Amino acid sequence: MSTENDVVVTGLGATTPLGGDVTSTWQALLDGRSGVGLLDADWLDKFELPVRIAAQLAVEPTEVLARVEARRMDRCEQVAMVAARQAWADAGLAGDEPQVEPERLAVVVGTGIGGAMTMLQQDDLLETVGLRKVSPLTVPMLMPNGPAAWVGLDLGSRGGVHAPVSACASGAEALAWAWRMLRAGEVDVVVAGGAEACITALPLAGFAQARTMSTRNDEPEKASRPFDAARDGFVLGEGAGIMVLERAEFAKARGARIHGRLAGVGTSADAYHITGPEPEGKGAARAITAALRTAGLTPQDVGHVNAHATSTPVGDVAEAAAIRSAVGDHPVVTAPKSALGHLLGAAGAVEAIATLLAVRDGVVPPTLNLDNLDPAVQLDVVAGEARRVELTAAVNDSFGFGGHNVALAFTPA
Amino acid sequence: MSNEDILKELKAIVEEVAGVDPEEVTEEKSFVDDLDVDSLSMVEIAVQAEDKFGVKIPDDQLANLKTVGDAVTYIATNK
Repeated sequence: MSTENDVVVTGLGATTPLGGDVTSTWQALLDGRSGVGLLDADWLDKFELPVRIAAQLAVEPTEVLARVEARRMDRCEQVAMVAARQAWADAGLAGDEPQVEPERLAVVVGTGIGGAMTMLQQDDLLETVGLRKVSPLTVPMLMPNGPAAWVGLDLGSRGGVHAPVSACASGAEALAWAWRMLRAGEVDVVVAGGAEACITALPLAGFAQARTMSTRNDEPEKASRPFDAARDGFVLGEGAGIMVLERAEFAKARGARIHGRLAGVGTSADAYHITGPEPEGKGAARAITAALRTAGLTPQDVGHVNAHATSTPVGDVAEAAAIRSAVGDHPVVTAPKSALGHLLGAAGAVEAIATLLAVRDGVVPPTLNLDNLDPAVQLDVVAGEARRVELTAAVNDSFGFGGHNVALAFTPA
Repeated sequence: MSNEDILKELKAIVEEVAGVDPEEVTEEKSFVDDLDVDSLSMVEIAVQAEDKFGVKIPDDQLANLKTVGDAVTYIATNK
């Protein structure tokens, strides 16, 4: 049953390690392909990094954007623009006739780290060449609101441009923020999601020193193995995912094609540790429960959970406990980071798109490298190949360093 | 280097930094009003011009270079 307060998804855009758009990424997920590979960079040997693998973009953003626009943007801003323009076009909003008043259009795009590559490159220039070679675009390229700001400029959004920063929950938090704006009736359309691109020496070094990353360098495609007993950490990825969300009434009035509904959102915080999850997943469970409550769904309605599961030994088990306590052991679970790697602030948005497509198409992609399910997980995790399943509702989890938890509940159109 | 050569090199710099068609970059054009070059790109153009022509363009001088012709004259006079 729909009401005028419903929030519908009318546009999808993405650029990921599996493909330069949503269609190719979704197909690769269903086919069980991995986006992880060996890095080729001189700094791997220079700094003796223990991690030599990552999930790099399938399509370089500079192949899609105009040269001059690309040179004014950090890589995380470039991927946000690529995904946002796809989503805008997919929603049927890219035509010459404007369909949304600029004052009724908002943008919410989160990032975990922001323009880290610009920060590092410009610092190198300052140190080695001096002030005059530092780009006047340094600040707009490194600021974490940069991806949101560029998308807002490009689409002419005057209803508000926001950039939630909650580490690896940023992309999902952006979607939750969008849902709240739409439910409050503040605007008619929100372009929302996440962007990240920081595959370079310092972030890899920092994550490696925190002992959070897989060092399975000799088997890159097997390195990301959420829920598997032999998992040893996450694999860093890059990319962006963007959704166009609208008030159902507005979308209906303009005759928009509807992919599905963002039926409810839940956010919570652990207040436990700066990086480690609360081991029983209590905070995560509260976020899931809140998402179901706002959506008007019961745990039994949830047929599928798209897990955050990054392939770290501690995190995956805590999340499994959260899913069992908030939903039960009946949902069909998948862990897309097994194929995509961990897109940090973009992860929640890209995986929300996969969750919505699972509901729309009635199929759940497999979790790669699940050879021996960790006995502590106790969930029905899809392995081997994609599984057909009719879905009434599905939940997408996202968590971030800092104890941020976000859950999103999707239902069919 | 003739004024014509300076203009040719300047066109290349403006195209590289701001993506302006070299055909548009003529002496009477204003960087800001006609070519849509913003203040951030002007800084980049100045740094590249300094390197290319071996001139110094201090900020107070840069502010006076309204048109492409102003820049060509400044470079020709000061290099």
